Amino acid sequence: MSDATLQKGTTTRFRSATEESPLARRALIGIAFIGLAILVFAPLIAVFAEALADGVSAALRSLANPDALDAIRLTLTIAAISVPLNAAFGIAAAWFITKFDFRGKAFLITLIDLPFSVSPVVAGLCIVLMFGTNSLIGGWLVAQGFPIVFAMPGIILATLFVTFPFVARELIPVMIEQGRAEEEAALTLGASGWRTFWTVTLPNIRWALLYGVLLCNARAMGEFGAVSVVSGKIRGQTATMPTTIEMLYQEYLSVAAFSLAAVLALLALVTLLLKTALEIRHADQLAATHRH
Amino acid sequence: MPGLGLSMGITLTMLSLVVLLPIGALLLKGANYGLEGIWETVNRERVWAALFLSFRLSLLAALFNLVFGVLLAWVLVRYRFAGRRILDAAIDLPFALPTAVAGIALTALYAPNGTFGHIAASIGWKIAYTQWGIFIALVFVGLPFVARTVQPVVEEIEREVEEASATLGASRLHTLRHVILPMLAPAALTGFALALARAVGEYGSVIFIAGNIPLVTEIAPLLIIIQLEEFNYDAAAAIGIAMLLISFAMLLAINLIQIWSRRRIGHV
Repeated sequence: MSDATLQKGTTTRFRSATEESPLARRALIGIAFIGLAILVFAPLIAVFAEALADGVSAALRSLANPDALDAIRLTLTIAAISVPLNAAFGIAAAWFITKFDFRGKAFLITLIDLPFSVSPVVAGLCIVLMFGTNSLIGGWLVAQGFPIVFAMPGIILATLFVTFPFVARELIPVMIEQGRAEEEAALTLGASGWRTFWTVTLPNIRWALLYGVLLCNARAMGEFGAVSVVSGKIRGQTATMPTTIEMLYQEYLSVAAFSLAAVLALLALVTLLLKTALEIRHADQLAATHRH
Repeated sequence: MPGLGLSMGITLTMLSLVVLLPIGALLLKGANYGLEGIWETVNRERVWAALFLSFRLSLLAALFNLVFGVLLAWVLVRYRFAGRRILDAAIDLPFALPTAVAGIALTALYAPNGTFGHIAASIGWKIAYTQWGIFIALVFVGLPFVARTVQPVVEEIEREVEEASATLGASRLHTLRHVILPMLAPAALTGFALALARAVGEYGSVIFIAGNIPLVTEIAPLLIIIQLEEFNYDAAAAIGIAMLLISFAMLLAINLIQIWSRRRIGHV
């Protein structure tokens, strides 16, 4: 407090030795503003401007189109299935990694992070090679009447692949920091393993979990590369929102494409808003890198 | 502690089913195709051009983000100004905005009849459907990485270090260059590596603005899609393996640089 007032007092006459000159400071802030305005704000505004190019009613009408509605429904279904699966995996992986000591832990974490360094297109390719009709497993599954590629299970697998590390990555640092003492106390007092998890661990990690789920959901609903490889983009069946945007755009249906894009952009904005709120309100319960 | 069997079971099953087995299927396909087959597929002018384009532009975009990201991290942590929170939140937009949405939005802006494209066209500068367009898309998707990895490090710098440097007679610029920057370097390099890895594999935001002209603006991931559409799985797998190998090699190189820079600077 006194430090701040002291600094404020001195900057009017002398510049503190640990600060840049006011001119340099203003220039740097200016560059940050201009850079982000061009790179981030302009594209965001462009989405809404293009969607509303023919007015609000035209935009809404294109969203009411059956293909658009099917795409929205499919994307919501994909997210509703893959995000809980990912969260369950993230919790299990974080529990396994932070509550037990074993060899090869660093290697396991590297493997969990692996999808971040694999191109989504290559991820889709891997799933096609594994489960496509030409593969051993895929051929058998198709014969059983349960196709994976060019069908919903393939899209879910692709979504799980690209979002794989999201929840685990948020939980592991938080759970390492919190240690094992609270769980050990609960167990000593006679609580069962599940009761310990629900009443001790989960309340401690809920905000970090929500943070991971939020980012995972944004990616799950927006994934394009991996999904366009495995989905086959069949209208009304396997075309998700992002792949439908591509098809509409290539048919020069600009308003329709951007209207659907605007829905996803709104989702992105809500995600950012909630994320920022979490960072401000529950900073102490998030991974250290998100506290600012 | 209970739950060893359950948590280990879920973790390893999901990891195998979702990540390891599919990657294994790619490698197996490559093994069946043989090194010669892979080389024959990759060693064509069009494939080399695409791989070289993807890696060159990704490198340039990551370098841009390295500089801009460090600047953003510094400005957001050290300065207090109106709109700081909004800028801070805006950095993450490329993470939250679907790549296809970013792709068509950037194309709308930089196409010759778009807001920015129009201005650029008036001085004879074509952005969309050229390599410039790809560069801008890659800068967009890589934007958050360096800023986000450097930010916590800037927060932890102790003012005493800068005061000591100033007391010893160093100018502010000298302190920034020789005291602050070395402390930020390992984190900045980590962010650089992440941005690079992301850019190399990026597809959605690039294909709309790229124009996709073979040999000129065709990126490597698009080649895989083209091979798949022709049901040419061997060739798709060959290019996929080549991309995997090159990105792992790059990450390895950057990790080595990081270890070296950590050692050189000491404890940081």
